[in-house]
Amino acid sequence: MIHFVLLISRQGKVRLTKWYSPYSQKERTKVIRELSGVILTRGPKLCNFVEWRGFKVVYKRYASLYFCMCIDQDDNELEILEIIHHYVEILDRYFGSVCELDLIFNFHKAYYILDELLIAGELQESSKKTVARLIAAQDSLVETAKEQASSISNIIAQATK
Amino acid sequence: MGSQGGFYQSKEFLDLVKSIGEARSKAEEDRIVLNEIETLKRRISEPDIPKRKMKEYIIRLVYVEMLGHDASFGYIHAVKMTHDDSLLVKRTGYLAVTLFLNEDHDLIILIVNTIQKDLKSDNFLVVCAALNAVSKLINEETIPAVLPQVVELLAHPKEAVRKKAIMALHRFYQKSPSSVSHLVSNFRKRLCDNDPGVMGATLCPLFDLITRDVNSYKDLVISFVSILKQVVERRVPKAYDYHQMPAPFIQIKLLKILALLGSGDKQSSAKMYTVVGDIFRKCDSSSNIGNAILYECICCVSSIYPNPKLLESAADVISRFLKSDSHNLKYMGVDALGRLIKISPEIAEQHQLAVIDCLEDPDDTLKRKTFELLYKMTKSTNVEVIVDRMIDYMISINDNHYKTEIASRCVELAEQFAPSNRWFIQTMNKVFEHAGDLVNIKVAHNLMRLIAEGFGEDDDTADSQLRSSAVESYLCILGEPKLPSVFLQVICWVLGEYGTTDGKFSASYIIGKLCDVAEAYSNDETVKAYAVTALMKIHTFEIAAGRKVDMLPECQSLMEELLASHSTDLQQRAYELQAVIGLDAHAVACIMPSDASCEDIEVDKGLSFLNGYIQESIEKGAQPYIPESERSGMLNISNFRSQDHHEASSHGLRFEAYELPKPIVQSKIPPASLASTELVPVPEKMYPRESYQTTVPSVSSDAGPSELKLRLDGVQMKWGRPTFSPATSTSNSTISQKTVNGITQVDGASTANSRTRETYDSRKPQVEISPEKKKLAASLFGGSSKTEKRAATGHKISKSSSHMVEKSHVPKSSMEVASEKTPPVQQPLDLLDLGEPTVTSTVPSVDPFKQLEGLVDTTQVASAVNHGLTAAAKSPDIMALYSETPADGDLLSGVLNPSMTNMPGGTTTRQSMPRSKGPNPKDSLEKDALVRQMGVTPASQNPNLFKDLLG
Repeated sequence: MIHFVLLISRQGKVRLTKWYSPYSQKERTKVIRELSGVILTRGPKLCNFVEWRGFKVVYKRYASLYFCMCIDQDDNELEILEIIHHYVEILDRYFGSVCELDLIFNFHKAYYILDELLIAGELQESSKKTVARLIAAQDSLVETAKEQASSISNIIAQATK
Repeated sequence: MGSQGGFYQSKEFLDLVKSIGEARSKAEEDRIVLNEIETLKRRISEPDIPKRKMKEYIIRLVYVEMLGHDASFGYIHAVKMTHDDSLLVKRTGYLAVTLFLNEDHDLIILIVNTIQKDLKSDNFLVVCAALNAVSKLINEETIPAVLPQVVELLAHPKEAVRKKAIMALHRFYQKSPSSVSHLVSNFRKRLCDNDPGVMGATLCPLFDLITRDVNSYKDLVISFVSILKQVVERRVPKAYDYHQMPAPFIQIKLLKILALLGSGDKQSSAKMYTVVGDIFRKCDSSSNIGNAILYECICCVSSIYPNPKLLESAADVISRFLKSDSHNLKYMGVDALGRLIKISPEIAEQHQLAVIDCLEDPDDTLKRKTFELLYKMTKSTNVEVIVDRMIDYMISINDNHYKTEIASRCVELAEQFAPSNRWFIQTMNKVFEHAGDLVNIKVAHNLMRLIAEGFGEDDDTADSQLRSSAVESYLCILGEPKLPSVFLQVICWVLGEYGTTDGKFSASYIIGKLCDVAEAYSNDETVKAYAVTALMKIHTFEIAAGRKVDMLPECQSLMEELLASHSTDLQQRAYELQAVIGLDAHAVACIMPSDASCEDIEVDKGLSFLNGYIQESIEKGAQPYIPESERSGMLNISNFRSQDHHEASSHGLRFEAYELPKPIVQSKIPPASLASTELVPVPEKMYPRESYQTTVPSVSSDAGPSELKLRLDGVQMKWGRPTFSPATSTSNSTISQKTVNGITQVDGASTANSRTRETYDSRKPQVEISPEKKKLAASLFGGSSKTEKRAATGHKISKSSSHMVEKSHVPKSSMEVASEKTPPVQQPLDLLDLGEPTVTSTVPSVDPFKQLEGLVDTTQVASAVNHGLTAAAKSPDIMALYSETPADGDLLSGVLNPSMTNMPGGTTTRQSMPRSKGPNPKDSLEKDALVRQMGVTPASQNPNLFKDLLG
């Protein structure tokens, strides 16, 4: 099971956190501090895995962003690496050449996508197409709602002029 | 739908993100965030906020919380948002609550109602959003509230809903297995769902169910095998392919389940052999996902009933992993090896050098994994080398969590396989010295017990040798500063008990040392107590031996200090010491018999030895004792008794109220004591207290130290295993002698066994395969023969293993050829990782912003006109190939990219990729322009932000 997902920039800034196991806010801060200390200092040629407090943390660097997932002792690390990559590919397809800035300003979208990929710390969908379709369905909803909102606000604006 | 639509938040929010992005220090960031929290607090409680604004506030709250600050003031607003009718707003609300609230939060009760309603919605997106929230927020108490609806959704026409319902049920099962135990049949049914996504999701709960109860699912073996077979034969939709691998995540999950089902079950395992063998053959070992599947196959093979052919394939894969350049694969290889050696221990031998390389690798993760492997393959023949290595590593790290783990492993191995007691004590000394505060106190008690009991056989000389060596080593160690408390306790105890036994050290020398300890660690009462008791023992032994002892001045001053100590325990010990010193040799010998810590103390419960004294007193006219049960006038008698139990050493105040007087009948509890009252006039329960007051020394001092020194009862007896009796150790040496006349390399085995430390310390260069490494290999693996029978043929084995060393050059070089072939295939993998230098060559090294500054205007127009157009213009060549979905060209180009990256012709992909994806600088430029439009000027020092995550 995946206990949490962290996205940390090379400077140690948090870009996204998702906790599937209960951690208090205090513990979360501690975990992030501890792990970014360990992971950001690791050399490029080393393993993408770190043993940590009886768990394993699998991380992968994409450009200046580290994607980390914490898993149980008996999980398959290589699989988790691919789940990370799977997520990045979906993000890439969604944003069109995703970059860190996309995730900074649209972190909530990254959350929505993650929610279609993982549930309760398990991989729920391994087809990129399905995930993309679901996200698109939700987004089309957003678009129409936005259009409505803007047209209404236009009407209001004109009426109050 | 791409990034261009993304920045619809207000300028305020963008500014916030930007200023946090540019914050130079954590303090500055905190200040900004605290400011933001103040603003939000004010704004969010204003009346009549438009929904859209509110949505943004909530997202800002999420952001603040993500940065580690407390946003709890806004939780209730997030909860309110989930009640909204518009899905758009609702979705944000659900996202926020799932991020904010843990399952035990009080606010959840306010959401349950909404969730119930949403689960019944006609819009499947609403249902999905609610199910997402269910799997995060519903706890044990609220499961029944939503369970019926979730079960109903298992038959929903939309597969996305069915899938999420399955996952939600899985979560329920994790929370409270009993709540869904009657629904297991649903999982079985969903396994046959015609959507592979739903089927894949069903594997998660089934895996858990099977983990807990294998036998009820044996009938599913055939189904799982046939599903796996279909997947491997590519009969699942193409959409589930990942890097050209058919549904790899489903394959992995299935292999995990099969491993459980086949464990120790020959019949079930037999059904799996073919398909697992197929995967071994078909799996593409050049991609990471292929290796993930192969690794899972090895796990499966090592768990199910062994099959020689599969084991062979597994061993092949392991050797490929270990020989790989990738640290990840090495790590997996070491892990897999650890699994496989349980079944076929001999496979470790051929990988000895690779394992040693991993052990010496600078990568900590790899090193630890290797230690885990060594731990699994430790035997009495290689225990010294392995434990020495472990301790060296333990000393070098400062991660307490891992230090504790490795220390306990050292102790465990040392206890199980110690070749000699002397070695054991030295090892334990090292463990205690460096991780003393982290090891279990039981370990210390075990150590004291070992020293006291020795071999547990009638070999007194060996025992006393052991003790004097322990004493010597401890006196040596005492010179070092800052020893852990537990270790000091052991030292004090041993010095007190055996410090003067062999006559090598004078009593005054030991006393001086003990006083030093008590003084140096004056904050640690336990250590002091041990020290004082040790002092008492030394003094009594001296007195008993008829020698005159003078109190050393430092001891005197220590005593004075302790007599006035705040700790009653220390005070008592000091008084006891004072009292004992004044006694004659005979009495002292009774109180503190030499080397009797392991003897059982026989308690004369009847206190018959006092009969004469009582008789005398009665004759003199004293009142005879009236047993408790026969008294009626004294009310507080029962209190005395209970006091006696817990009030062992102090006469402190009691703060709890006295018990209520009880009827006399109730107080005669133990029938045994009744029986004894008839024989002895003094009831047993009363006596200890009285003896205490009159300080009859034999009772108090005997009970005191034996109680505080060493709690032997309840401590596990792990000692005296026949493995390290002298008989086996001699057989060990004969093995190494035998091997000596074989090959020069093997003589390392004998030296390593006897003097391993020196060989390591002197080991310096390790070009190619250094002889030291060979020695190490021999000492680790050479003795891998488990039984005595194999040990007898040790000569042959070691010989062949040395051949293996030479032979391994041959396959290695052939592997090198192979690996030289593989790089072009692996290349695209590297490409995806922008951390690699290869990518920088494709990306212009010039700062894209400066370079493209002038172009801003034109491209800005282009991007503003239509992003989709450029994508469409890019894709025609691809469209010709995949005519299935010509409608969404934008999406299509995305579909193809990832699959193209892994095409075998790696070089072509490398060139085509940037073209099909839209050149890097151009894309960044669009984004840059857009951000500028929004009024945010990104810091140009950090072009990384614009770098594509996927190259």
